[in-house]
Amino acid sequence: MSLDGSWYLCLAAAVFTIGAVGLLVRRNVLVMFMCVELMLNAVNLTLVTFARMLDDIGGQALVFFVLVVAAAEVVVGLGIIVAIFRRRVGATADDLHLLRG
Amino acid sequence: MKALTTLIAMSGFLREYLTVLVFGAAAVAMVGAMLGAGSLLRPKRAQLQKYISYESGVDPVGTGWSQSQIRYYLFGLLFVMFEVETVFIFPWAVRLEDLGLFGLVEMVVFIAILALGLLYAWRKGVLRWM
Amino acid sequence: MNGLPMNGLPMNGLLVAQAGQPEGLAPLELPNVEYSAMAPHLILIGGALVLLVWVAMVRRRPPWAWAAFTVAVGLASLGASWLMWLDVGRNGPRTAVADAVVVDGYSIFFMVLVSVIVVLGALMGESFLKREDIRGPEFYVLMLLSSSGAMFMASANDLVITFLGLEILSIALYVLAGLDNRRMESREAAIKYFVLGAFSSAVFLYGVALVYGATGSTNLGEIVGYLQSSVAPANGVLLAGVALLLVGFGFKVAAVPFHTWTPDVYQGAPSPVTGFMAAGAKAAGFAGLLRVFFATFDTLKLDWQPIVWVLAVATLLVGSVLAIVQEDIKRVLAYSSISHAGFVLIGLQAANEKGLAGSLYYLLTYAFMVLGSFTVVTLVGRKGDARHDLDAYRGLSARRPALALAFTVLLLAQAGIPFTTGFLAKFYVISAAVEGRSYSLALIGMLSSVVAAFFYLRITVLMYMSTDEEEAEEARTEPLAIPRSMAVVLAVSVAFTVAFGLLPAPVIDFARDATLLI
Repeated sequence: MSLDGSWYLCLAAAVFTIGAVGLLVRRNVLVMFMCVELMLNAVNLTLVTFARMLDDIGGQALVFFVLVVAAAEVVVGLGIIVAIFRRRVGATADDLHLLRG
Repeated sequence: MKALTTLIAMSGFLREYLTVLVFGAAAVAMVGAMLGAGSLLRPKRAQLQKYISYESGVDPVGTGWSQSQIRYYLFGLLFVMFEVETVFIFPWAVRLEDLGLFGLVEMVVFIAILALGLLYAWRKGVLRWM
Repeated sequence: MNGLPMNGLPMNGLLVAQAGQPEGLAPLELPNVEYSAMAPHLILIGGALVLLVWVAMVRRRPPWAWAAFTVAVGLASLGASWLMWLDVGRNGPRTAVADAVVVDGYSIFFMVLVSVIVVLGALMGESFLKREDIRGPEFYVLMLLSSSGAMFMASANDLVITFLGLEILSIALYVLAGLDNRRMESREAAIKYFVLGAFSSAVFLYGVALVYGATGSTNLGEIVGYLQSSVAPANGVLLAGVALLLVGFGFKVAAVPFHTWTPDVYQGAPSPVTGFMAAGAKAAGFAGLLRVFFATFDTLKLDWQPIVWVLAVATLLVGSVLAIVQEDIKRVLAYSSISHAGFVLIGLQAANEKGLAGSLYYLLTYAFMVLGSFTVVTLVGRKGDARHDLDAYRGLSARRPALALAFTVLLLAQAGIPFTTGFLAKFYVISAAVEGRSYSLALIGMLSSVVAAFFYLRITVLMYMSTDEEEAEEARTEPLAIPRSMAVVLAVSVAFTVAFGLLPAPVIDFARDATLLI
């Protein structure tokens, strides 16, 4: 039995939504960060599904680029997080309150 | 008779799995030989520390939420960066012959740029464990 | 296959041969990589790499040499862009590197703009870095890399390239925002920019995926072909994809309601970086946005025009109204940059040739105005980059008349006073809106520029008010020095703003000739 492509698309949309909502409601910066990864991987799933449905390699090649870009983002992001929370116990976004107006 | 022709028709398909089987057997034999030779040759002196399970050099004590050295991060980040670049190197390696000289030069340039990053990190003292 | 062995790996070949499959891997068609089509981009990247090696290998490290080198790289890429402009004028626009990159007047316009921003940004950064004692060439390296990303966004003919350009631009900017890592504000700006930037690029990417699924390609030319050939192209997946692309771009150009990061990041980032961000990142975001919507989704105009209308109105109103209540000059300029994004969106909403030319003209002139403004902000911020409350500008004219005059010109130009480029830019986009029969939007644009004039004038008036005794004393003991490189940036931006406000023809022609290859 094989599943219709739209199931994968729905799953990807659900995962993307979970990631987006998680980013907006969670307060731990590391968890927010994981939510971004969740969103990017949902996009990857969408791309692969479309590539399969369209019988076109382009979508799968795009996934490679997304993977690498995600890794670069992880590296820069974790670097910034380490720099900012070096002297603190938890990594909570509520502590970021210097800039407001 | 019919069964035999089916088997012959199937054999091309099955032979693919033979390669996998040979490869797997070779891998198991190699690891077994290395570990076996090691256990025959090495001296055996029992010490308590040697029986602690290995966790990348970290003592496996306490809860999962423990603080670790911040320097692991730097190495981890460098590792992630270089590891992920292999995503581009694997497809390139598979089609290297078709890509020809042009592909080779392009990949050398790519790896050279990565190496420049490593050079920069090294000169910045990232690789030194202080 | 021409009887050649099917591929390089013997085991793979064995498997394929033994399984008796008639076809192996398809032969590769290597694209012709025309490096000349990306000459300015490659010059910037090469310059960044040279700087990195330089700092890694050479002991003597005079910081001014890095700035001089960066200026030279910027000028070289400006020269290369100019040669390409002449070439396109003679031989016409073309696509290159397997249709992934396009060389047309539009992309070269942004190459010129970005090169200029690199030159001015390097000059601005040099004395700032010296004053704040930030060592190392990272500022220049990251700025060059970020700028190359901006150029790729402008010349992308494939949504993948647009995405990669966006990421090269943004990732370098995240680090730049946190460059002054001794200041907590700078680090906080970096993390806020990073989280929202990563969110927006994920949204953008989902848009790319949906457009790919609906049209079968990420290549802009092929998408146009699909949209023109199919009978009813506007299905749900495609429209959702287009909307998500708009959201992704909206974050980058700081359009309301995707603007929330802007004031915080502009306030917290080091002042020259903020100037670079306001000039370069906004131009790059619009470079991608305008190409994708003008050239590619032109046939879906009736679907996206109303959305852009709402975005433009919200951006104009929120930007100019909230700028009034700010007490920090960098936040004022952040909200003003939001309202300027609204004006560029007016040009997009008009969706005609005049709208495109108006938007380009707006981005070019705004880049000069905002770079000059942030030069003043950097200077007045003093050591520590902290004195950004509006009171720091009280009585500036008495202490530094030339500086106050320059800032006055730049602020009034942003407000849209006649005989400056700022006026012409606003006039241009609003007349495009009138031509496109968006009368209500044109009216809202004019109203918001009246509101915006209020806070520009407020700062101007503050500068010409008298100082109290205490501040006059402080000004005597600790005079505001203007380094030569900063003076150059100020002179160039003021001269551009006034000269081409009086003699508008060359720049307007430049923007009008920067047409898209469709």
